[in-house]
Amino acid sequence: MSQEFNRGPAPQQNKDLFILTYGALVAQLCKDYEKDEDVNKYLDKMGYGIGTRLVEDFLAQSSVRRCHSYSEVTHIIAEVAFKIYLGVTPSVPCNNSSRNEFSLILDKNPLSEFVGELPAGRSSLCYCSLLCGIIRGALEMVHLAADVTFLQDKLKGDSVTEIGITFLKQPEEKKYRRKK
Amino acid sequence: MADTVLFEFLHTEMVAELWAPDPDPGPGGQKTSLTVLESMGFRVGQTLGERLPQETLGFREELDVLRFLCKDLWVAVFHKQMDSLRTNHQGTYVLQDNSFRLLIPMASGLQYVEEAPKFLAFTCGLLCGTLHTLGFQSLVTAFVTALPACKFQVVIQKP
Repeated sequence: MSQEFNRGPAPQQNKDLFILTYGALVAQLCKDYEKDEDVNKYLDKMGYGIGTRLVEDFLAQSSVRRCHSYSEVTHIIAEVAFKIYLGVTPSVPCNNSSRNEFSLILDKNPLSEFVGELPAGRSSLCYCSLLCGIIRGALEMVHLAADVTFLQDKLKGDSVTEIGITFLKQPEEKKYRRKK
Repeated sequence: MADTVLFEFLHTEMVAELWAPDPDPGPGGQKTSLTVLESMGFRVGQTLGERLPQETLGFREELDVLRFLCKDLWVAVFHKQMDSLRTNHQGTYVLQDNSFRLLIPMASGLQYVEEAPKFLAFTCGLLCGTLHTLGFQSLVTAFVTALPACKFQVVIQKP
């Protein structure tokens, strides 16, 4: 083969593939399900499946230390996991009111990079429900039950995208993944 | 690479949830409709094709386009080049990947050969979609004899 081709994939193209595939998936689910809640639930369910497997990959790739608090776990999700997989770092606002409720604030949401606005008639669609499922699935695999939902969504006109994580048990005897 | 992992996991979930056998093979066994996974792959392939560097869009020869798929597209999507490209010089091409990334986690050898086509549907659509953006109508089917090797047969449709 004589032509000169690119040496290797630009990281952008890899991310594009995931983002584009996700967009096609959401479009397909919107065709299959009339109600936004059903699409959201389905995306969340798929995300859960991904999260339960992704956490293994994450722990293998990163050298996270043992966590001692929910706050630490949330920071690791934001500063390490999001960075590795999506190339962005959500901010974690200081939360004094509750020991088990946290937020991830995304100024820019890479999943919806190519989405201008929600399709007509789909105002309750949580485009990135997959992310909530992934976080929930991953946490469950390290024995941390949590509710993960979207609190704000830029696609719905909010100024930022905010993911809320509510850990469901009070900190006591918890089993954490050990780093080998 | 982390980004590829996300795509691979998403692809696995999509296959688990969305794959359905082609309901209507049509007369003579020809596929008359794209499966859901293929049509999703087609959309993605089209968009990927549109985002390619400008110089790649100036292909004249069909063979150049296929070479491009084997090198650039495959490297961009699967981090490796296609292992071989054969043609009868009459519009049929067989692209062979000896260790197809989406089959590697499944098994090695003859186990699960029957399940393997599900994992190839999206990619068939992807190839078809990219070709479409580059100006070619095509029919893409995939064959697996022993995991993780597979072949994609591309038949360029004459106008």
